[in-house]
Amino acid sequence: MTDWLGPAEWTALWLSLKVAFWATLCSLPFGFAAAYALSRGQFWGRQALNILVHLPLVMPPVVTGYLLLLGFGRTGPLGEAFEALFGLVFAFRWTGAALAAAIMGFPLMVRAIRLSLDAIDPGLEEAASTLGASRLRVLRTVTLPLAWPGLLAGAVLGFAKGMGEFGATITFVSNIPGQTQTLALSIDTLLEVPGGEPLALRLALVSIAIAAVALIISEALASRARVRGRG
Amino acid sequence: MLQIDLRHSFPDFTLEAAFDVPAGITALFGPSGSGKTSIVRAVAGLLQCDDADVRLGARNIGRLRPHQRKIGYVFQDARLFPHMTVLQNLRYGGRMDEDQVIALLGLDDLLMRRPAGLSGGEAQRVALGRALMAGPDVMLLDEPLSALDGPRKADVMPYLEALRDQSAIPMIYVSHDMTEVARLAGRIVVLDRGRVVVQGAVEDVLADPVAVPYIGVQDAGAVLTGRVVGHADDGLTKVETGIGALWVPGVAGRAGGPLRIRIPAQDVILSRSKPDGLSALNVLPVTIAGLQEGRGPGVMVALEAGGARLLARVTRRSALSMGLAVGQNVHAILKATAIAPQDVSDR
Repeated sequence: MTDWLGPAEWTALWLSLKVAFWATLCSLPFGFAAAYALSRGQFWGRQALNILVHLPLVMPPVVTGYLLLLGFGRTGPLGEAFEALFGLVFAFRWTGAALAAAIMGFPLMVRAIRLSLDAIDPGLEEAASTLGASRLRVLRTVTLPLAWPGLLAGAVLGFAKGMGEFGATITFVSNIPGQTQTLALSIDTLLEVPGGEPLALRLALVSIAIAAVALIISEALASRARVRGRG
Repeated sequence: MLQIDLRHSFPDFTLEAAFDVPAGITALFGPSGSGKTSIVRAVAGLLQCDDADVRLGARNIGRLRPHQRKIGYVFQDARLFPHMTVLQNLRYGGRMDEDQVIALLGLDDLLMRRPAGLSGGEAQRVALGRALMAGPDVMLLDEPLSALDGPRKADVMPYLEALRDQSAIPMIYVSHDMTEVARLAGRIVVLDRGRVVVQGAVEDVLADPVAVPYIGVQDAGAVLTGRVVGHADDGLTKVETGIGALWVPGVAGRAGGPLRIRIPAQDVILSRSKPDGLSALNVLPVTIAGLQEGRGPGVMVALEAGGARLLARVTRRSALSMGLAVGQNVHAILKATAIAPQDVSDR
């Protein structure tokens, strides 16, 4: 079974899982905050936020990767800040691949969470507040429990997107085996090596399987969210 | 005592209302769009008013956030939390008088159920209990029965009456149903286009012909308080009211406690002489205390006897041909069967 993929491919698969996992985990709170603001908030700049969140979905991934390089590269202002504050380096590291995956998956995640928030009757939150619940308690006891299927669906979609991210990742952190060579990058490399095609096909099958499972889970959770929101 | 003074500009109308709510139920009555729900939302803090002065005793709660106001709100739709059981819903705001509230509203058998499995009437009772268990200083009931059909309304009504009789806090009851108002409320505030047009004790306002245009000709009718004096074998009950003794159906078995009867003005017939050979059982000698002409073909006649008041609606033509005038003695005729059971209630 282990011969089915070579050690480099196993490494790529493992790296992809790691990258997608951290990308999802770290972007989830921000994804929820953005979805909550877009669904509930009435503030100046709401439309701007909406566009900003969705930009990675429509921009060429190369552009996103290039912008990341400018911002989070070794000499980029944000890259320097993160290194100084948290000792966190993104450039040409797996952390950079995770950042690229998080940014690219963000619009999908926010959309899924927002759909589930929109399905919750705001009247329930009002009722909770008249019962003495502060905003935070309403969020914790009413909004979040009712939105959790949407949160999970968003996480699954973000994870799947992270697993397959290519353009922004290769532009931002290059294609370094064992460090930034994820599943998609590995397939690309194999296609350029003579005789690499059978392995590339196997990796492609793995990606398809992961994407399909993610979609099925996400759909199931989303329909559950719709039912719960209606009460 | 709750004192309300609100001012708020909407794009299409201005709300400008000031009134007091003593302990007991005060009905907020008016056509849809008159600002009833806006007022209760403002009192609860769910609507940010341009100018809101809401005093509860010495405390001004008009600028507090909703969760700091200690106001129980029962919405038209019950708004139960779908992911919690009935018991979890009830305890969400607190556990004040838990056993009494559960007993008062008959919730014992529902506690472990989910809101999705409740009927409309059951859900509304749970919503009522949930608001009560938070230990509110004021209760706001925003058309709690209007989403229910007739039989379900009748199911919930006794619980509301029990709540009224056992609670000592100010309650605002929003409604456009005069039957509900006459049964439950002690006071009434009538709204029209965001302003208070009439307010006072229910007995006074409903017997005042001047208030009729705001209440609506169909809904006009005085409320009499009385006492059961005896039951006849044929199912009718004799009730002693200020204006005279009335034969009333549908209260068989009820002992001598106080009773409230709404007499729609439409159902009262006037006669100058004491009628003879008439099928109607209730013939009351009364004095005309006032006449009020509206825009339509009708005249509202205020009648008085023994300190109590009754309203009758007759056509302008009849009023002319009979020569009705203030101070005149006439007979008010009322069919016993015209008094609907839902218009007779305790107290």
